[in-house]
Parts: sequence; C-alpha cells; structure tokens
Amino acid sequence: MVNNPREDSVRADESAENSHSAQQINWREYFSFSTDHKVIGIQYMVTTFIFFLIGGLLAMIIRGELITPESDLVDRPIYNGLFTIHGTMMIFLWIIPFNAGLANYLVPLMIGARDMAFPTLNAIAFWLIPPGGLLLLSSFLLKTGAPQAGWWSYPPVSLQNPYSHGEVIWILSLVIIGISSIMGGVNFITTIFWMRAPGMTFFRMPIFVWSMMSSQLLQLFCLPALTGGLLLLFLDIVVGTNFFKPWEGGNPMLYQHLFWFYSHPAVYVMVLPIFGVFSEILPAFSRNPLFGYRSVAIATIGLAVISSIVWVHHLFAAVTPSWMRVLFMFTSMLAAVPTGIKEFAWTATVWRGRLHLLTPMLFALGGVVMFLFAGITGVMLASTPFDLHVNNTYFVVGHFHYVVYNTITMGIFAAIYFWFPKITGRMYAEGWGKVHFWLTFIGANLTFFPMHPLGLHGMLRRVSSYDPQYQSWNIIASLGSFLLGMSTLPFIANIIVSWLRGPRADDNPWHATGLEWKTTSPPPKENFEEIPVVTEPPYHYNDDTFGTQAATQE
Amino acid sequence: MRKLLNSLLLAVFIAVILFISRWVGQQAYSWMPPQGTVEAKHVDEIFSFLTSIGTFIFLAITGVIVYSLITCRAPKGDWSHGHPARGSTRLEILWTVIPTILVLWLSAKSLSIYQQLNIEGLPPVVMRHMHLEEPANAAEVSDTKPVDEVIDVFAKQWVWSFLYPNHVTSNELHMPVNEPISLRLHSQDVVHGFYVPEFRLKQDTYPGRTITLVLTPDHPGKYQLRDSQFSGACFALMRADVYIESRQAYNQWLARTAASQSTIASPPMVIDNTQTAKEILNGNLLTIPPGC
Repeated sequence: MVNNPREDSVRADESAENSHSAQQINWREYFSFSTDHKVIGIQYMVTTFIFFLIGGLLAMIIRGELITPESDLVDRPIYNGLFTIHGTMMIFLWIIPFNAGLANYLVPLMIGARDMAFPTLNAIAFWLIPPGGLLLLSSFLLKTGAPQAGWWSYPPVSLQNPYSHGEVIWILSLVIIGISSIMGGVNFITTIFWMRAPGMTFFRMPIFVWSMMSSQLLQLFCLPALTGGLLLLFLDIVVGTNFFKPWEGGNPMLYQHLFWFYSHPAVYVMVLPIFGVFSEILPAFSRNPLFGYRSVAIATIGLAVISSIVWVHHLFAAVTPSWMRVLFMFTSMLAAVPTGIKEFAWTATVWRGRLHLLTPMLFALGGVVMFLFAGITGVMLASTPFDLHVNNTYFVVGHFHYVVYNTITMGIFAAIYFWFPKITGRMYAEGWGKVHFWLTFIGANLTFFPMHPLGLHGMLRRVSSYDPQYQSWNIIASLGSFLLGMSTLPFIANIIVSWLRGPRADDNPWHATGLEWKTTSPPPKENFEEIPVVTEPPYHYNDDTFGTQAATQE
Repeated sequence: MRKLLNSLLLAVFIAVILFISRWVGQQAYSWMPPQGTVEAKHVDEIFSFLTSIGTFIFLAITGVIVYSLITCRAPKGDWSHGHPARGSTRLEILWTVIPTILVLWLSAKSLSIYQQLNIEGLPPVVMRHMHLEEPANAAEVSDTKPVDEVIDVFAKQWVWSFLYPNHVTSNELHMPVNEPISLRLHSQDVVHGFYVPEFRLKQDTYPGRTITLVLTPDHPGKYQLRDSQFSGACFALMRADVYIESRQAYNQWLARTAASQSTIASPPMVIDNTQTAKEILNGNLLTIPPGC
C-alpha cells in the first residue's frame, strides 16, 4: 500500500500544510533493511496482508469447487494443493507474522521503549518472511504441482512421489519462517523483560503486552518440536532415512505428536495477541477500566501453560490409548477456565459502560461473541466420545475458522482500525469501516456456520467431491465466502485512500490510556521525546480529566 | 422497588434462556445422522447435553453484551468515563470456580459415556500391536464380552476390502445386526480412517499395525464407509457400501459369496493374515498410484 507512485507527490503537498511531515519517513524506507521497529512493523503487516489476500483467493477457489458435489472445477491433485497452501499460508504467513508485525509496532511504544532489544535481528526476522512465502508459492510452478498432503503433512502420504518434491519446498519454507519466528520470540521476550520504562511494572503492562509475552514464550517452548519433526521428514524424503516409514520400522505416529506439540499451541500463539487487542479496545470504547485486569493477565499466562499440554486431542481418533484420550480430554476442557475468565472480564467491562460503537469496537465485539461460539464448540470437541464422531469432519473446520477468521481476523481488523490513526497520523473513513464490518460479520457467519451441520452429518474435511445430500449447506458456505472475499475491498480502498489523504488524526483520538497514545501520531523516530515515567495503573479510565468538552474524531 | 424489578427481570431472563437451552438440546438429536449402532445413542446423548450447556452460556453472555449495547450508548463525542470499578475479587473467584466445576462435570459425564461404550462389552477401540511391539500402554481390553464376528478391514489407496471368517473376501462390508462385531483394521500403505457417520465412531488405521474396533450395529440398512484421514489424490472417492442385516441374511450372503469366489481367483488386494508387515508392504509405496 505504501508503494503507491502518488505517494511522493502527496507527501510533498502535505509538507507545506502540516508540521508532522518532517518526522515522516520516506516510503522507500519500507523497502529497505530498516531497523526501526515501526517501519518493520508496517513491513510485516503490509506483506502478510498480501499473503492473506492470496490465501483468501485460494479459499475462494476451494469454495468454488465445493459449490457442486462433483469434482468439476479443478483436478483433484490441484484441489489438494490448494487447501494445503491455503492452510499453510493463512497460519504461517498471515496470522502469526501479522501479529508479530502489530506487536513490533506496539510493544516498544506500550512499554515506553525506544525500539526493540535487538533491532538488526528484528530486521532479519522480517526479511526472512517474503522469501519464505515466495518459496512456498513457487511450489505451484513445479511440474508435479504444489505439496498435497495438507498443512499437517502426515507421513506416509507426504513421503509419496511424485508430490514429495512440493513437500520439500513446503518444509524448507516452513523452516525459514520458523527461524524468523524464533528470532522474533527471543526479541520480544528480551524487550518485554528488560526495556520497560521506569514504573512500568509487570502488573502495569497492558494486556496486549502480557499476551505477546505469553505467546512468544509458547513459540520458544514449542516451535522446536515442529522444526525437529520437519527436519526428520525432510531427511526421509531427501536422504532416504526411515524415521516415519512404517515399512522400514519407522513410526508415523511420532510425526503426529511432534507436529501437534507445536501446532496446537500455535492456535494460542495466534489468538492470545488478539485477546490482547480486545482487552485494549473494549475498555477504550466502553470508557471503563478493564474489569479484573490482574486475573486477565494471570489467565493469559495460564492459558499458555495449559495450551502446551492438550495437543493429543487432535489425535483422539489416531492410535491413542484410552487412558491418553481421557487424560487429554480433562486438560483440554480445563483450557475453558482461563478463556472463560477473559470472556467474563470483557463482558463486565462493557457492562454499564459508556459505549461508542465505532469500527474498532464493532470488530472487537463481533470477535468476542464469535469467539464465545468457537469456545463452546471447542469444549464439545474436547469431549472424546463426541470427537470420535466429528473428528476430521467439517465440524472441526467450522470450529477453527470461527477461531482463525471470526475471532482472530476480526480482531486484526479491529486492531488496524484502532491503531491506524497512531500509525499513519490520519483517520480512516468511519462509514466505510462500518460497511466493512457488516459485510465481514455476515460473510464470515454465512461461510463458516454451515460447516457445523455439515460436519455433524459426516462430511469429511479435505474432500474434493461429496454426496449430493450435503449440497445445500455447501452452497450457502460458498456464497458466503464470495461475499467475505468482496468484503475486503472497502477495507483496502479505505486504508489506501485514508493513508494518503485522510484527515489528520490527533495524538489520542480515542482518549485511550496507554503510553502509545501519549506520543505523537505517528510517533517520532525514537518514539518519545523523553522516556515516560509510569505512575498510573493500566486502563486508567476513571478520573474526570476528560470532560464532555474533549475534542472528538467521531 | 427498582432493585426488585431488576431482580425480577434477571430471573425472567434466566428462565427464558434455560427454557431455550433445554429445547435446543432436544433439537440437537435431529442434527445428527440416523443412529446405526448402539454406540451412536451414547454419542448423541453427550452431544445433546453439551449443546444445552453451550446454548445457555452463549445466550447468557451474548444477552448481557447485547443489553449493554442497547442501553449503555454514550452520546456522540462524549468521551467521559463510565464506572470506575476495576474488578471484584468475589466475582472473579466466582467466575473462575464455576467454570472449573462446570468443565469437570462435563469431563466426568463424557468419561462416563466413553466408559459406557466399554462397560456394555463394547470397547469402541482396542489397540493391539501386531508388529510394532511397544510397552503395553495401549488399552488392552481383555475382560470384555467375547465378540461374535471378527472381520478384517484392509485399506489401501483408494480401495476398501474385507476378509470374513470363512475366508470370503469382498469390497462390501456386511455385518449381522445386534451382535458385537470386532473389526480388525489394517492399512497397506498410508494412514486411513474408518468412518461411517451413522456409527458415530472413527478410528485411524496405520500400516504395519492392527487396530481393533468393536461395535454393535443395531439398525439394519445400507450405509457408506468413508476414509476419514486424508490419503492422497483420490481420497474423496475411497468409499465402500456397508450392509447391516439379520444374522440369516448375513449368513446367506457369506455362503453365496463364498460359492461365487471358489470359481474365481481371490481379489489381489486381500492379504493373508499370517503375512508379516514387511511382506504386506513390499510394493512401491513411495509412489502414489496413478489415477483414481
């Protein structure tokens, strides 16, 4: 979005009319190896949004295939490649790195630091993402096509020729992105532990910072298991080792455990920062302090701990002994407790507040309600006897899309609108924001709700053709997905136009608390004129300094 | 007076959502496919129960949020603060303890349903290690009712085949009704999954392992077996017809099929039970079969 050729002339026009322009960075900097955390944050967010659009287009082709029971739009191997790349891209090139970008921008500002702890490492971590993503996409150019074993890549299917060529590219791409994630994890943890401003104690940190700390600890703890598993898979394919080849004494179950040991916590790596986003936005637009701040902070860490001991619930229908099924059913259900604490805290924050239903608030509330639904179907799935029926069906696909789209992607949009004035110094168009919200909310529910009844009736995930009995719900889901695809258009237009020529934003248009709102919009290169000293509790929405006379951007 | 009215409204709200949750829980039975086995009844029971509880929680929290949205809007441009409450220890303990008790209750109930599948002499899943010996941590259920019929199920890309006690082989799965059946699942190449939606049970099958799944079909009819674990290009086409029929019809079918098979060679995909894993897997498994 920043590489618009008109940028230069627009910037030149502006320099006459405003005083901020001296601080504004040349757009070329966004293509450079910048070590400024704000530039890197924007680099991450814009790059990953492009991957989101590509992944979304793949999803629309998938839904196009599924609008009819027969396999008629694309060949089956191509279909398998589409869902493999769609899943991989949305997780590893959209949500996880977008969150890293958002946090890159916000964490130093929120804790009163001038930059991340290791600025060069930060830049390297970002610059691994575009080659990793392009490498993954390049697999479509292979003679044998993209990898086809799904984003799980379970052996032995993933070891089979001729598609194992794509598999090798898939593994290399994930390892590159994984290295980037580990670099990010080290950087975030160090920054949060050592770079907080005077007075910014742990229990004065915004929940967004708590959630980044928790999610990055999870990355450091769990990601090595996936990387190890991928490496063994790579050796099996390329070197001819037998780690996962059952006919040579290898054990494919081992891969499944290594994979899910990371890939279940990965859900929390993705969703915890979004819980942080909700915890910033709901108080600001309810004008109430976050209810039960301390318990929400502890629940965030608690959720990270619990999420690392529940992975076997993905393997209830695999070769899993009964005692293990029961044990992991209990731990999985326990995850509902810290999650419940958060849901209750958000509800209590909104309760008897003074609500402003602006775009960020609409997206956040939509995300909270949709997450409630996803959480309930999640508890159902934790119940072993029920899971044995719906495991690997569209019920699971519906459940996790309520998490990754209806909660996380809605939360990401909420975050973009909320911090847009801070990041760009300009306001977005509120009316178009609301249009975007309603199209997204309706489109997402039309797309993902029908997957639940489909799964209950036994429609399996990853099928390229299905029984005609499933068609009606599939038509609704497909039409919904096309609406969902269209819903990004007003967003893209709004963001580009507003970034270039939106009205000037105040330093704190939402009258929110938090250090990021105490500096200019956009913040100067070093973030703060002077490192702030924190004396207030977080979410300090309870003094009367804001009168009704306060300026407003509404 | 106002306080009384509020309590009354709250009581009415709770009563209404309790009623709706109960009703939705009853509806949940109709969201499932017809029941084909004894096990299906138990699974539908826990689903209905989870649906009731889930509906109550969803409506309660969403109700509170929607109420706030309707009644607590600030005038445009008025950014003054709401109430200063930062928390309430009592409330926070309450909403930690109640969900904990609730999920423990749900787990206990799920566990009891899972065990009921076992208690009735029908362990849904009995794992046995044939070739890959490991410490006996897999459930080895030996003290269950003897099963009447043992059928071997073979999965390979992308065909199901079945071996019956009298050495009859077929690509159709026939089972007598109301008898515990032991299905011994084998895979000849990749991971597959045995799944008939009306049976409500699902079990992956691994090359080199024999995994036993015990179930009791109780509704005669024709069903469809599908592969529930992604197994490559033509995964969606890997299906087989399943017939649940009376003991008499089953025996007749077995005899008829045996007679017709004595004249033709047995299908190539069916393998003898005595073969070792290595022998079973001697094909070129690293190359996916062409076409569907």
